[in-house]
Amino acid sequence: MAHFTKATSVKDWLNQRLAVEKLEKVMASEYWIPKNINFLWAMGMVLVITFVLLLVSGIFLLMYYVPTTAEAFNSVNYTIMREVDFGWLWRHVHGVAASVVFLIIYIHMFTGIYYGSYKKGREMIWISGMLLFVAFSAEAFSGYMLPWGQMSYWAGMVITNLFSGGSLHADGLVEWIRGDYVPAQAFLGRFFMLHVLLIPVAILGLIGLHFGALRIPHVNNQDGEEIDFDAEAKKYLDGDKAGSKVMRFANDFMSKDMMVVGVYLVFFFYLVFYNYGFAMDPVNFDPADGLKTPTHIYPEWYFLWSYEILRPFNIDLGLILFAFAQVIFVLLPFLDRSPNAIPANRRGKAFAIWFWLMLANMIVLTAMGKLPPAGIFSQIGLVSAILFVVQWIALPFITAREKKV
Amino acid sequence: MKNKEPIILLVVIFFTLVTYYLVEPFAHSQMHKHVESEGFEYADLPAMTKTGDAAKGQELVMNAGCAGCHSIEVAGMPAPMDAVMAAGAYGVNPPDLSNAGAVFDPKFLADLIKNPAHALKVEHKYDPAAGKMHPMVAFYGMGGDIDQEVADMVAYLQSIAVKKEELTPKVAFETACGRCHAVGYEEWTQIGEKPKFKHEKDSLAFDIKVIDYQDSLMKYMGKLPPDLSMYIRSRGEHYISTFVENPQNQLHGTAMPRVGVTPHSMEKVIEYLEDAGDTKRHEREAIGKNVMIYIIIFAIFALLWKKQVWRDLH
Repeated sequence: MAHFTKATSVKDWLNQRLAVEKLEKVMASEYWIPKNINFLWAMGMVLVITFVLLLVSGIFLLMYYVPTTAEAFNSVNYTIMREVDFGWLWRHVHGVAASVVFLIIYIHMFTGIYYGSYKKGREMIWISGMLLFVAFSAEAFSGYMLPWGQMSYWAGMVITNLFSGGSLHADGLVEWIRGDYVPAQAFLGRFFMLHVLLIPVAILGLIGLHFGALRIPHVNNQDGEEIDFDAEAKKYLDGDKAGSKVMRFANDFMSKDMMVVGVYLVFFFYLVFYNYGFAMDPVNFDPADGLKTPTHIYPEWYFLWSYEILRPFNIDLGLILFAFAQVIFVLLPFLDRSPNAIPANRRGKAFAIWFWLMLANMIVLTAMGKLPPAGIFSQIGLVSAILFVVQWIALPFITAREKKV
Repeated sequence: MKNKEPIILLVVIFFTLVTYYLVEPFAHSQMHKHVESEGFEYADLPAMTKTGDAAKGQELVMNAGCAGCHSIEVAGMPAPMDAVMAAGAYGVNPPDLSNAGAVFDPKFLADLIKNPAHALKVEHKYDPAAGKMHPMVAFYGMGGDIDQEVADMVAYLQSIAVKKEELTPKVAFETACGRCHAVGYEEWTQIGEKPKFKHEKDSLAFDIKVIDYQDSLMKYMGKLPPDLSMYIRSRGEHYISTFVENPQNQLHGTAMPRVGVTPHSMEKVIEYLEDAGDTKRHEREAIGKNVMIYIIIFAIFALLWKKQVWRDLH
């Protein structure tokens, strides 16, 4: 057992038991961040803030939500929207944050790809981040079931149907997932559990892993420069704050984080109060009706690109490519064979084109995923989906030929 | 080193806006047919050429047998049957005419009296040649100039109706929509507002009446017209008002009749639906403004803090 002495102050008492001073250094004041980074590096903090908004608003909604097929729709649209004080506010915050969180995740992801932040010891940061993406996707989908509107019901029907595996006709698996032949009480009950317990717990664990994965390789910087963190930290602590290439996480970088968060929250609350329609689909304000299929069934915008990879092909090929699209991003650190860990635009033409084409093509896929699959739109969708797959297959070959810069 | 942040921000904003434009305004413009409002002018209906006389109109309404089916509560004329029986007989309860003069367009009322299926735009359902008659019997005149007589009747209906300024959203909705559509969130049923009952037995008895009424209505319309509680969110103001103006424009072949409301009563109907499905809109606007002010101040302080902390870092 450790030796304890009579404490001289509350801080000392805590220090002996919890090492709070050391903890503060490790987590904040001597957590070293490179200086040559831009506001895109604040997206992590923006995501934390958005996650907290989702958690807090979700807790309030959970107090009044009723997870039964008979009452779910009314508990959301009547009880929460009309009866409960500020229930409408929590719902709009929750709905908008659930959509905006994916915008920030995509910005965060493409920042990582652009600056090569998944290379040279940072592979686990990327992999844990992609696991978080999967967990957030599951969280978003399960949450979308809960208002039990037309889109909840029919999106639930379509997405769970994917598990039949096309020609495999694994209908037993689909029934097992639904707990019934069609989405009904068993289905709603288990998605409710997933949304409010199992997936949030997984997300919290993965956030811990994601932060932990960052500790040893340190944060990347916008020039891909290799920094001797120990030497630069010493320079900083010796008083040469301006000359050092690093800064403290708190308050140095955190003050910039908060500046970006401030601007972001102006944008976020503008959406919550004045432009929330994009995050709350009108069709979902019709109660679920298993006898009435909506004219257009589409997922929320952040799933559209992968939906469009499924849609243009026959069911078997579509499912294979859909599965390909779901896992391929995780493998990025191993598919990129280049020795360079610097911004995409400085890695030579081939990868620069690959990056911007991937970004543009995913936006095209997103748009085509929502549009009715007819005429020119389905042709564009087909070409884009093929291009997406070809780009990933070509990645190892393109990057292997890249010269060391 | 040159500060690249503004250009990075522009790139992020550009791709975000392009994505937003494609999945929201553009995709929706491709998915839904856009119908422009015709200003509730009902240009297909003949203009009224005669000036009506309310006193003569009253006499005509009495003698033409309107009260055989319609109640006119403000004039002390009760309904000949209750709503459930009336729906059993006609498919839908014939409306009380107390406020018809305020809610409906006069040109529409005149055409309705002379040729109901035409004014209501349900001629695809009712064809006298095929023996399918509209439940409302057309008025063939009392021997004088039929246009004058119709104008007199319309003038009478206008004279007894509530004044335009006094038309409430509730009355507008009940008169124009309420006999076919329930609005559960406002306790409205097709046979009227559900009262608070002391005994469950009475409440259940009321529900059974509603179900009986709905059964007749379902037969009459082909399906039960939807509950409109959340329609302001699921369809939006533009869709609802262009639908009401001419249902055939939005949904060809629908059994829903043209209702013939004036633009003013349409606004009132929309207000009623907003009260049902977007109850907290005024609170949202008021709180939204305060939150925006607060958060802008927060952002300014955050910016100043960053500037102060970073002064030593360069």
